[in-house]
Amino acid sequence: MELSDHLFRREAGRMVATLTRIFGVQNLALAEDVVQDAFCRAVEVWKFRGVPENPSAWLMTTAKNRALDILRRERTARTFEPELARLLESESTLAPAVEELFAAEAIKDDQLRMMFSCCHPRLPEEAQVALVLHILCGFSVDEIASAFVSGHAAMEKRITRAKKTLAGSKKLFDIADADDFLARFPAVQRALYLLFNEGYHGASPESAVRAELCQESMRLAALLREHPLAATPSTSALAALMCLHAARLPARVDASGDLRSLFDQDRSRWDENLVAEGQRLLDLSAAGSELTEYHLEAAIAWVHATAQTADETNWEMIVSLYDKLMDIRPSPVVALNRAIAIAQRDGPQRGLEEIQAIANSDRLAKYPFYHAALGEFELRSGRREIARKHFREACALGRNPMERQFFEQRIRACDLLPGKP
Amino acid sequence: MSEFLFLYRSPAPQGSPEQLQKTMQKWTAWMKELGEKGHLKNEGHPLERTGKLVKGKQKTVTDGPFAEAKDAIGGYSIVEARDLAHAVELAKGCPTFETDGAVEVRPIRKMTM
Repeated sequence: MELSDHLFRREAGRMVATLTRIFGVQNLALAEDVVQDAFCRAVEVWKFRGVPENPSAWLMTTAKNRALDILRRERTARTFEPELARLLESESTLAPAVEELFAAEAIKDDQLRMMFSCCHPRLPEEAQVALVLHILCGFSVDEIASAFVSGHAAMEKRITRAKKTLAGSKKLFDIADADDFLARFPAVQRALYLLFNEGYHGASPESAVRAELCQESMRLAALLREHPLAATPSTSALAALMCLHAARLPARVDASGDLRSLFDQDRSRWDENLVAEGQRLLDLSAAGSELTEYHLEAAIAWVHATAQTADETNWEMIVSLYDKLMDIRPSPVVALNRAIAIAQRDGPQRGLEEIQAIANSDRLAKYPFYHAALGEFELRSGRREIARKHFREACALGRNPMERQFFEQRIRACDLLPGKP
Repeated sequence: MSEFLFLYRSPAPQGSPEQLQKTMQKWTAWMKELGEKGHLKNEGHPLERTGKLVKGKQKTVTDGPFAEAKDAIGGYSIVEARDLAHAVELAKGCPTFETDGAVEVRPIRKMTM
């Protein structure tokens, strides 16, 4: 029996979610210990015996038995989940209660409960995302630090603090309370969106890491879509935008390991199945009257995904979608992307004007693709010297070797290519 | 062909879930290879890291582990090889060295004189 990739990592999230439900959120650390212990047992036993027929079930059973031991042994010394305390008091109800808590459907709800708990309003967004990755996706502090190009110490501090907030929140989020659910729901969607973005646009040089972050956010979004309260049109839109962007991932880096811009990608390498799935989800998202930023971003991604070439793209539609996005959720990055679309529609000069009109453009000063966009428009306007300066600026801000190499190639293009009018 | 007892001494496994999965997969791949090449007389067993020690005329019972935790025996296998040197070569392929472990290679004595 071969293990599927990342099985341990994924099972870690499922097991911690369920054990925390049983032990109570104040015993988060205990839940994590039990999970670690289950993995150690698996490693020691499977080394000799090979991987069992159903590795997930083996791990879950090991964690369950260990949980039962702890509940029996420490029931007087520790306070466990108050809601369950009554069931856990007597031996005759303990085992069946724990058995039920480890049922597949219960584990799904536990993951959702944990997802909502991680998006605690007292935590900043980046801490929520780190916590989701750590607890629900089984990434270690080091692995998260590398994905976010952050130092180990800084990430450890962030996660330790966030866990403290979570463990101190008295109880896990109650997903059965519809009012509470809907109040926190946007924060959860936002965290998954940011998680996906980190994978897709993030600074991590290792493409494998990025693809994993995208996959994880898609897996968690699928959990949202399975819950009646969370399966809203906006969740479909969020899932659609993930699929439609993820479809382009295989072409973002070419065979020689170079970053390719949207204008320059081999579109035959886009994942057709993901495009189809994204389109299906986008159709589902159209139910109801709600129009969210996820709808608009998914629609933009859909226009790109269905265009044969960059030139044949319906830039008119993309510009109008960005206009709406600027109304709903304005940001300098959205404004920049809108300017790029306008340049495609109306020429580089108009693009430059739009960039100059961006409010708060100082917030883009450290964003390499801001300078790269200026460089492209100047180059297309035939002003090679100015273009070169912008690309050099972008290169100096490049966050990883792949980005820097991409900008260096653009600097060389200033020498080689005649600037298009 | 002679038989050898491989005693795997190592600290308890540690690391992120991803690292532990990789460690485990390296081990199963190594065991599989030994088996396919006909060297694995018996894949053996993993051992719990705790136990009891019964010792002396008084038969005093004490808790294990018996050595330092990092040298604890995590399991054993029985391997067939031409001679000790060959068995040592086979042991060198064990993934345990990546995680601070050691393999003790002990020739098994035959009953024949």
